[in-house]
Amino acid sequence: MFKLVPRAEPSRLASLLAPLVALALTLCLGVLLFVLLGKDPLRALEMFFWEPIKNLRAVGELSIKATPLLLIALGLSVCFRSNVWNIGAEGQFILGSVGASAVALAATPESSPLLLAGVLLAGVLGGMLWAALTAFLRDRFHANEILVSLMLVYVAEQLLSYLVHGPWKDPNGYNFPQTITFLEPTRVPRLVAGTRANWGLLTAPLGVLLLSVFLRRTHAGYKLEVGGLSPLAARYAGFSSQSALWTTLLLSGGLAGLAGALEVAGPVGQLTTQVPLGYGFAAIIVAFVGRLDPVGVTLSSVLMSMFYIGGEMSQSRLGLPKSITGVFQGLLLFSLLTCDTFVERRLRFTGFRRSAPRVP
Amino acid sequence: MAGLRLELQNISKQYPGVRANDGICLEVAEAEIHAVLGENGAGKSTLMKIIYGVVQPDAGTLAWHGKPMRVASPEAARRLGISMVFQHFSLFETLTVAENIWLGVADKSRATVTARVRELASSYGLAVEPERPVHTLSVGERQRVEIVRALMTDPKLLILDEPTSVLTPQAVESLFATLRQLKQGGCSVLYISHKLDEIRALCDRCTVLRDGKVTGVVANPARESNASLSRLMIGAEPAKLEQRPLEAGAVVLAVRQLDLEKQDEFGVSLRGVSLELRAGEVLGIAGVSGNGQKELLSALSGEDARARPRSIELEGADISRADPARRRALGLRFVPEERLGRATVPSHSLEKNTLLTRKDSLPNGLLLQQKPLRALAQTLIERFGVKTRGSAAPAQSLSGGNLQRFVVGRELDAKPKLLIVAQPTWGVDVGAAAQIRRTLLELRDAGSALLVVSEELDELFELCDSLTVMANGRLSPRLRVADATRALIGEWMSGLWPDREEPACSS
Repeated sequence: MFKLVPRAEPSRLASLLAPLVALALTLCLGVLLFVLLGKDPLRALEMFFWEPIKNLRAVGELSIKATPLLLIALGLSVCFRSNVWNIGAEGQFILGSVGASAVALAATPESSPLLLAGVLLAGVLGGMLWAALTAFLRDRFHANEILVSLMLVYVAEQLLSYLVHGPWKDPNGYNFPQTITFLEPTRVPRLVAGTRANWGLLTAPLGVLLLSVFLRRTHAGYKLEVGGLSPLAARYAGFSSQSALWTTLLLSGGLAGLAGALEVAGPVGQLTTQVPLGYGFAAIIVAFVGRLDPVGVTLSSVLMSMFYIGGEMSQSRLGLPKSITGVFQGLLLFSLLTCDTFVERRLRFTGFRRSAPRVP
Repeated sequence: MAGLRLELQNISKQYPGVRANDGICLEVAEAEIHAVLGENGAGKSTLMKIIYGVVQPDAGTLAWHGKPMRVASPEAARRLGISMVFQHFSLFETLTVAENIWLGVADKSRATVTARVRELASSYGLAVEPERPVHTLSVGERQRVEIVRALMTDPKLLILDEPTSVLTPQAVESLFATLRQLKQGGCSVLYISHKLDEIRALCDRCTVLRDGKVTGVVANPARESNASLSRLMIGAEPAKLEQRPLEAGAVVLAVRQLDLEKQDEFGVSLRGVSLELRAGEVLGIAGVSGNGQKELLSALSGEDARARPRSIELEGADISRADPARRRALGLRFVPEERLGRATVPSHSLEKNTLLTRKDSLPNGLLLQQKPLRALAQTLIERFGVKTRGSAAPAQSLSGGNLQRFVVGRELDAKPKLLIVAQPTWGVDVGAAAQIRRTLLELRDAGSALLVVSEELDELFELCDSLTVMANGRLSPRLRVADATRALIGEWMSGLWPDREEPACSS
C-alpha cells in the first residue's frame, strides 16, 4: 500500500532540521507517555527542560554530565566517520578512571598539584591502551571491532570490580567496594564557587576546537574522511586503512580515558563500582544525534545531559521509574532515524493492490 | 516489409533527476534484426526493460502484433514470446549448463530439457555441452548458454543488450551467424549496441537514440558510413587522431616475471608477466576484461603492494613494494577504470578531490590552505574543459565524460613520467573521448610513457605504438600496431598465442 521511494536530491535544509524535528517528536511522544502514566506532562517536561538550567548550580550539574559525554562522543564521531565501529567507549572510560586512580592513589598530602597532570595523562593512556587492544586484534587477526570493543567493556568492568574489592579497597571504608577519597593535590579544582563544575569543563571547548581544526584543516583529517567515505579511493590515493584504524581508535580511546579520569578526579573523587554510568554507550547516541560533527555533538551532549538530570529529578519528585532516561534516549534516537529516513526518501501511496490486466 | 511484430508509441520514463526515455517510438518487423544505437546513458537499456516488463513506462503504448498490450512482468513478456539476454549473465557457477537452463523451465523433466538444449545448440550452431559445469566455461560460452536459455521458449522477439562487449572478434562472428539464422526462422531480434561496425554488418534497420529521444531511423545501416551514424548518435563527428613514427627513449617501466596470487576467488592470478615501456611510447594491453587486467593494474599502481621485490621497476628504482603515494612521488600516475568511488570520492568537491592525489603540488604546512587548492582545481577545470558549475561542485554531479576529463587532467597536470590509464573513454561520449585521447597523445609527445588498458580495440589501434594481449593472467608477445590485425589480436584474446617467444619487451 505504501512504498518508500528515494528522493532525487535530499534537501540540505531538511537534513539540518532533522535533529530539531526529531527533538520535537520526542517531546510529543514524551508528553503522551506522561499522560498515559497519569503524570502532569507540563510538570514532567519542566523536570527535563527547565530544572537542569534554572540556576547556576543546576547548570554546573549539567556541565558535569555533559563534559564526559562530549569528550567521548567527539572521539566516537571521528571513529564512525572513518567506518571504525568503536562500541566500547564505556570500557575505555573505565580504564581511564582506573589509570587515573593508579596515579592518584600513589599521592601523598605533600605531593605537588602538578601531579594532577599525571593523573589525567594516566587516564588518557589507560583509555588508549584499552582501545589499542581492539585495534591490534582487528589489524592483526581481522577480528570484528564491534564485538571486540563491546566485549572488552565487560572485561573492564570485572577489572574495576576486582581492584575496588581487592587491592585498592579503602581499609577504612566499612568494606564498601571503593578506594580512599583522593587527596587534594590529585583532585580537579572547582571552577565556579557554589557549583560542582570543575576545571575539567574547559577540556570540552578545547576538544571541540582542536578536533574541528584536525578534521577540516589537516591532511591527516582529510585522509580519515576519505577512508570513511570511500575506502577504494583511499586505497587508490595510498592512504593506509591500517593507520586510520589506529589513529581513530587511539584518539577515541584517549578521549574516553580522559573523561574517565576527570570523573574520578572530579565529581566522584574516588574509584567505585558506581563510576561507570553508561556514558560510553550514551555517547554513541550523542555522536549520531550531533551528526558526527564537533559542533553538533556539543549541542546533543547538552541535550542528553538534560535527559539524565531530568530522569533523576522525575524519579525523586514525580515518582517516575528510573528507566525514564533510557526511554527518552531511545525515543530521541528512533525519532532521528525516522527523520533521516524521510530526508532521503518519501512515502508514496501506491493504492490498494489491484490485479494488473493479465496477458494471455 | 512483413507485418509489425512490436510497436512502441511515445514511450516515456522518468527517473529521479533524469528523463531516461522521452516520447520514444520504435517499430520492429517480423523476421527483422533491428538495432537500437546510442551512447551510454542514451536510454537504450531502460527502453529494453520496458519492453521486457522489468519496468513500467510512465506514458506511451506498446502493441504486440498490432494489439495494445501491457507487459506487467518478464514472465508475461516470455509468455508473449519475448526473450532477453542481459549484459550481465545470471548463471549459477556450480551447476551444469543443463541444470541452469532447467531451473527456468520447472514444468519439464531434466532429460527433456537436456535433449532440447542439444537440439537448439545443434540447429543454431551454438557449441554448448549440456553436462559441463558453468564455472569451466569461457565468457563467450556462457553467453551461448544464456542465448540457448532464451530460445527455450521459442521466442518471436529476442532482445540482446550489448552482447559483444565481452566477446572476442571471432566469438562476435559466430554470434552474428546465430542471429542471422534466427532471423531466417522468423524470429525478430532487437540488438542494442553502441558499436557502429557491428550494426552496419548485422542489422536490417536501426533506431538511433540520444538523450532519451529518437534522433533517427536508418533503413539500411550497411549503406551508411560510420560517420553518418555517429552524427545521429552524438550530434557531431569525432576528430581523427594522427599517427606518428615511434621515437622511444630510455626504459621507464620494467616488469619482470611478475607472479601474483589472486586475492579473492573471483580474481585472476598473474603468471610471469613481463613488459618494458620506454619514454615517449604508448603500449596498449588488449583483452577481454576479467583476465588479470585489474590485478596487473593494482600491482602497478601500488594498491596491491605484494609483488616480489625487483619485479617492478620505475626508471631503475624498485617500486614493487612501494605504496601508491610513494610511486606517485616517483612519477607514476594512474587513472583507474572506476572514476567515481576510486579515482574520486563521490560526495567530495572537485577541490577536495584534487587534494586526493595532488598534495605534493600544494604548499607544505601544518594546516591545509584553501586558496592554492582552489586555484589548482580551477586550473584543471579550465585547462581540460571540465563542464561543471565550479570547483566546489561534488564529483558525483559531473557527467561521466566530464569527470574523466577532470581525473585524467588531474594526473596529467602533474607531468608524470609514466601514466597508466584503464579504459580511458569507457562510458564517455564520443566528443569527450576524442579530446581525452588527444590529451593523452600530447603527454606522449612531451616524452612520457603511457600504458593503456582497454577493451576497445579501435581505441588501442588509434592510440598505441604497440600492443600486447592479456588472457588468463598472462601477457602475449608484443606487436607493433602496424603489424597487428584485429583477427590476430582476437585470436590472442583467447590465450592462443605462439609460446616460447620473447615476452613483451620492446624490439
